[in-house]
Amino acid sequence: MIDLTPATIPPKAQRTSLFVRLLKNPVGLASMIFLTLLVLSAIFAPLLTSVDPNQASLQDFLGPAREGHPLGFDSAGRDVFARLVYAGRFSLAGGLLALVIAAVIGVIGGLLAGYYRGWFDSVSSWLAGLLMAMPAIVVLLAARAVLGPSMWLSMAIFGVMLSPAFFRLVYASVTAVRDELYIDAARVSGLSDGSIIGRHILTVVRAPAIIQSAMVLGIAIAIQAGLDFLGLGDMTIPTWGTMLNDGFTNIYKEPLLILWPSLILALTCMALTLLANAMRDELERSAKPKKRKPLIATALMDFSKVAAVTHADDARTAALTGEVLLNISDLSVGYGQPDGSVKTVVHDVSLTVRRGEVHGLIGESGSGKTQTAWSILRLLPEGGHITGGAIVFEGKDLAEASEREMDRIRGKKIAYIPQEPMSNLDSSFTIGSQLVEPMRICLGISKKEATKRALELLSHVGIPNPQRTFNAYPHEVSGGMAQRVLIAGAISCEPDLLIADEPTTALDVTVQAEILQLLRRLQAELNMGVVLVTHNFGVVADLCDRVSVMREGRVIESGPVRAIFKAARHPYTQSLLNAILEEGEPRGELIAPTTRATTQGAQS
Amino acid sequence: MFGFILRRLLSGVVLLFVISTLAYMLLYVGGGNIARRILGQQATAETVAQKTTELGLDRPLLVQYIDWLSHAVTGDFGTSWFTGEMVSSGITSRLGVTLSIVIGATVITAIVAVIIGVWAAVRGGWVDKVVQGVSILGFAIPGFLIALGLVTLFALNLKWFKPTGYVPLTESATGWLATVTLPIIALAIGGIAGVAQQVRGSVVDALQRDYVRTLRSRGLSFNRVVFKHVLRNAGGPALAVLAVQFVGLLGGAVIVERIFAIPGLGQVAVTATSQGDIPMVMGLVVAIAAMVVIINLLIDLLQGWLNPKVRLA
Repeated sequence: MIDLTPATIPPKAQRTSLFVRLLKNPVGLASMIFLTLLVLSAIFAPLLTSVDPNQASLQDFLGPAREGHPLGFDSAGRDVFARLVYAGRFSLAGGLLALVIAAVIGVIGGLLAGYYRGWFDSVSSWLAGLLMAMPAIVVLLAARAVLGPSMWLSMAIFGVMLSPAFFRLVYASVTAVRDELYIDAARVSGLSDGSIIGRHILTVVRAPAIIQSAMVLGIAIAIQAGLDFLGLGDMTIPTWGTMLNDGFTNIYKEPLLILWPSLILALTCMALTLLANAMRDELERSAKPKKRKPLIATALMDFSKVAAVTHADDARTAALTGEVLLNISDLSVGYGQPDGSVKTVVHDVSLTVRRGEVHGLIGESGSGKTQTAWSILRLLPEGGHITGGAIVFEGKDLAEASEREMDRIRGKKIAYIPQEPMSNLDSSFTIGSQLVEPMRICLGISKKEATKRALELLSHVGIPNPQRTFNAYPHEVSGGMAQRVLIAGAISCEPDLLIADEPTTALDVTVQAEILQLLRRLQAELNMGVVLVTHNFGVVADLCDRVSVMREGRVIESGPVRAIFKAARHPYTQSLLNAILEEGEPRGELIAPTTRATTQGAQS
Repeated sequence: MFGFILRRLLSGVVLLFVISTLAYMLLYVGGGNIARRILGQQATAETVAQKTTELGLDRPLLVQYIDWLSHAVTGDFGTSWFTGEMVSSGITSRLGVTLSIVIGATVITAIVAVIIGVWAAVRGGWVDKVVQGVSILGFAIPGFLIALGLVTLFALNLKWFKPTGYVPLTESATGWLATVTLPIIALAIGGIAGVAQQVRGSVVDALQRDYVRTLRSRGLSFNRVVFKHVLRNAGGPALAVLAVQFVGLLGGAVIVERIFAIPGLGQVAVTATSQGDIPMVMGLVVAIAAMVVIINLLIDLLQGWLNPKVRLA
């Protein structure tokens, strides 16, 4: 019944305490100051006013403010200021009672259910669901009908109703960590369940539970005020709710009467929620992962001083005489950073693809090859944009094209095959509808025609039972099948240029060969130009005519495939080629030292 | 799909049964000497005993419960101890009023939350910041304070709406609209705040999915991908939050009805509660639990329609 999204905060050791960092957060600080003042005013109420909050005098009925009574009188002639201050005691205490009960039941239940699982788990999870199924106020009304108007009883019951908020949070955290290795290690080293829970698991749930507490306290105070506002609470004690009730009854006679309790209640609930948010922000900030350092050995070598190498055409590439489809010149791609600067990930990349040519783009992850591919489609992730250069496709600069123009080019002229087959299909739609929808837009054909064509395409890419796959959802087919579906989708509008981003990386080795075979066949049939992104020289050797080797966002060597394989001149390319040789064959004793010597020589 | 519906239906019936059983036991055991409470302190022991027999409270609890249940399944929830009115007719005559507010608020919540959430997720920047900030406030401030604020501003000061009362839709559409607008807005604001945050989060999530790029690479426009594919995928978590919000809206309606003097279930609930009219309270608990079960069932069906994987669960 209460929307409390569990805070998902990774368990990280904090260097400075949360409290100290909250003091530096303006929202957190303001909330804490307000709440501290509120609590102090409630505790030291007698010091703030000498008036008894329950002392009524009829001649002061709705009386105006006067000395000693800064906010005037309510409908029973009681001092509004005194009631406001004393009401803080009851309203806060009622909320705290609900909070404590909710936290104790929820945390203990969540720990036990998450740690021991079994029947206790199912029963308590079910109970938590049951408690969330009823509106709290209705349950409290029902309880009030038989138990009478006791605020403490109501708040105790509400605490039980709120316990799922803690239960779910703790349960989720515990199930997440209980299978972690360090918990296993603690168990093996002979720690009792009790101390594992106390030492390892409680530390994980502590921070999110504190955040949840602030939210729960706000809700409890609000609902308590709601009950009293309805006139169903204990009218003998001053609370913000009873004051609201009185103010509302007299809203025509004395509109200000309702303002003060409303204001203080709204501010309290806001302060608690904002405090919870500030705590969450601070924790998330500290949990952000550090910048990853490159792990690959070659990244340690400095090639930046080595000039890029371009090889001349050989017989094979010279035979490629189709028209120039794509001409990228000096392309740069950058990502805007939070501090306003731009981080460039692709520097001055140039390459040309003719009709019928397969151009390989090879490099390690992070070399900018995929970024280059996405720029051609103008589908860079959020924050990324082309910062320089031109992408001329069929005479048009795509870097300057409008979104509308791109919508007309994508699919119909330039198509894309992604790397990971499963995540690239929308799991909510059938495979068939994901093929039919783009065809109807690109080719302007009817649904019936598109369906027929989709079935033909599926059979063309080697899917044994096209109709069944057409009707299937993505999770019902294998990864290899899904990749064939994506290939079928990419060629469905007979594009001129195909961008294939590591089309076989995510597949089993046997399936890889089949998919490469399929790509080669389709490329020849449709006479497409292809930009093939890969990190695998085997794939390059298999499919490509030309290849560009990328490193740290630059093309460092490019030329006909054979030239690169036989006579790579750039030390980085050489080290990459050696790496596959080392991987493929037993390491020759003579080769290894030589290559090291070469690379080191290049470095100096 | 049929099996999925059947399973959900069955679990709804079980939930309803458990809630009513628990409520019955707690209300009748917790009630103490009910006849004494009704008759007051002056009544003699004989009249109290007589009343106890009359209400059937002298029988074992289980017998009472089975008797109640066997009537309840036929729609007979007994009669009010105070007005002598049939509980079922007392509830059904007010049900439409509450439902029109709660359903109105739910629909408004869903529509506005989707618009705001998608807007914040797609536009980002200051739009996103403002939406997030306002949602936190909308979530933090108790709904009935918002209702009080709306009454004061739009009904008492600006006089755009009537502050109190209710005109049935069957009587006058404009009159109905004039009386329900403020209550619906008051209820919906908290719901919108919660659901919009979820929609925003799920849309931001879904926009980063690989299939978005792939679909766009096939020539689908950004808007088409957002409204057909992203929204459908983001819909699941948002609906789950909407289901939770609906329960909250039902509770909020009790208070909001009181503020706007709307003769709905909330008023019945407040009166029955302050009198200790247990058959009426029991009937209300069942009616509200039934509404929650039905809404959850509808939302489960929608989830199944949105996401084929859910149907297998």
